[in-house]
Amino acid sequence: MASIDPALSERAHGSFRTTGWSWTAVWPLGLVAAAGWIGVAALIELWPEIIPQPYGRELAGIALAIAAVLVVVAATGRLFGAVSDTVRYYGPWFIAAAALLAVWEVVTAKTGWLPVPFFSSPQSILEVFLDDWSRLGISIWYSVLLLVKGYLIGALAGVLTGVTIGWSQAASYWVHPVLRLIGPLPATAWLPLAFFIFPTSGSASVFLIALATAFPVTILTWSGIASVNRDYYDIARTLGAKPSFLILKVAVPAALPHVFVGLFMGLGTSFAVLVVAEMLGVKAGLGWYLQWAQGWAAYNNMYAALLVMALMCSSLITILFRLRDWTLSWQKGLVRW
Amino acid sequence: MVALALKQAAETTVTGQQIDLENVSHQFELKGAPLPVLDNVSFSVEPGSFVSLIGPSGCGKSTLLRLLAGLDHPTDGTVKVDGESVGDPDPSRILVFQDPTLFPWRTVWDNVALGLEAQGILRSARHRVDNAVQLVGLSGFEKAYPHQLSGGMAQRVALARALVNEPRLLLLDEPLGKLDSLTRLTMQGEIVKLWQEAGLTALLVTHDVEEALFLTQRVLVFGPRPARIVADIAVDLPYPRHRGDPKLAELRREALGHLGLAATW
Repeated sequence: MASIDPALSERAHGSFRTTGWSWTAVWPLGLVAAAGWIGVAALIELWPEIIPQPYGRELAGIALAIAAVLVVVAATGRLFGAVSDTVRYYGPWFIAAAALLAVWEVVTAKTGWLPVPFFSSPQSILEVFLDDWSRLGISIWYSVLLLVKGYLIGALAGVLTGVTIGWSQAASYWVHPVLRLIGPLPATAWLPLAFFIFPTSGSASVFLIALATAFPVTILTWSGIASVNRDYYDIARTLGAKPSFLILKVAVPAALPHVFVGLFMGLGTSFAVLVVAEMLGVKAGLGWYLQWAQGWAAYNNMYAALLVMALMCSSLITILFRLRDWTLSWQKGLVRW
Repeated sequence: MVALALKQAAETTVTGQQIDLENVSHQFELKGAPLPVLDNVSFSVEPGSFVSLIGPSGCGKSTLLRLLAGLDHPTDGTVKVDGESVGDPDPSRILVFQDPTLFPWRTVWDNVALGLEAQGILRSARHRVDNAVQLVGLSGFEKAYPHQLSGGMAQRVALARALVNEPRLLLLDEPLGKLDSLTRLTMQGEIVKLWQEAGLTALLVTHDVEEALFLTQRVLVFGPRPARIVADIAVDLPYPRHRGDPKLAELRREALGHLGLAATW
């Protein structure tokens, strides 16, 4: 199976079959990485900052904790099963991350080569997470809520529309020209109108996200239905299938791989609409947080919010990938996330 | 073992259907121009017999099966099964295609169950699916997906998917056409067995003269498109037959002669 995340295949092949402790089970690369993280901790703690900043000690503590985990994993072989394997797989990344963090720390907090406030030091971003976590947390919650509402409505509408126009010539005759005219229009172009028409900026945003999601889902579902092998229908018909069976048990499952491509595209565009909608109208969510941070010239908060947003989007994509893998497990050679 | 499985599968006594084609003509529209594929074809098939249709590629034999299945309707003439004009497709008449065309998102078991599920009787007839899978020798592969099967296994699943409905007319459209020659020979024997034990009427479209003579009781030879019957050869030999039978060789020469290939003998 093709696998984007080689940790999975590495784990499946079981490169680390060591049972019971022995010196050969020690993982030298892990010790190097641990030394790197201890070095980072020392650098943060011992080299005075050019402008004193809080939370340097906490950052050093985190670095030490990472070093401790690496030492434990390096010394215990496969004692912690999958966790050990994953940590070992990403060993080189741990070293690279320590080096990057050290460089970042030096060019910002320690020497000030990259000037404040436009460039944030690691501890100043940690400061945002530790001091402003409640506001960030609520922002994530509102963003996810808004996105999920709009996305689910849009995905459902897209699949229904796609199946309808893929199945019915009459529906296709009427809907297709409308889709061609309206579909390519970026959903954000509706923003001023939507905020005007809908009672709340929240409902307007749900509408816009749904709109942005529905277009690619509709097109891909439609093309999926259109490309179903005609013989499938003939076979089902000779076996006694009624039209409802042909749609639900033949056309839709056969089109599902296409539908998922549409769902991925829709998720991508829905992120863009979400952020714009939150920046311009909704008074909550990560987009709003970014805007708010900019208003106060709180660049640290902006970096922190961007990081959180990246994690959120990546997690949602991962969830969709899992859902696809589970649904389309009958396909061979799926790309994994 | 096969006989036993089939006895279990066939709860009701299956009887083959009678086929009557009267002056059947059919044409397609191709870029606005009519393309005749069948020209005034008439023949009858006795219930329970096994008849093959051979002829040049693209001569309209497959179209004939589609008419019998009810997937298309003739431009002219009548297609009757058991004395009644063929209307919509019906599970008593099942078509097996050259490609197994299994549904890739369904397991072997679910593919075989397709017909019973479509007719809404799967819940009470699950054992029929098990029996059909056993009948074609695929026990143990129930949970496999089509992409995990070899060509011969996939075609066996397609046969099981047809037989589970206890059809009274089995329409085989070059079912072995894409198999390697060894698998092909094995499955020829299996198809004869299935037909003998199920007691249904079977129609086989094939390009392979030897296959037609080895399997069936009667061979209808079609001319080039638009197809007409140019010869009706009775193969009056008992089963099991032997490929080396001199009578078969003689009939083969006759059939090739009708196909304009006498010079190759």
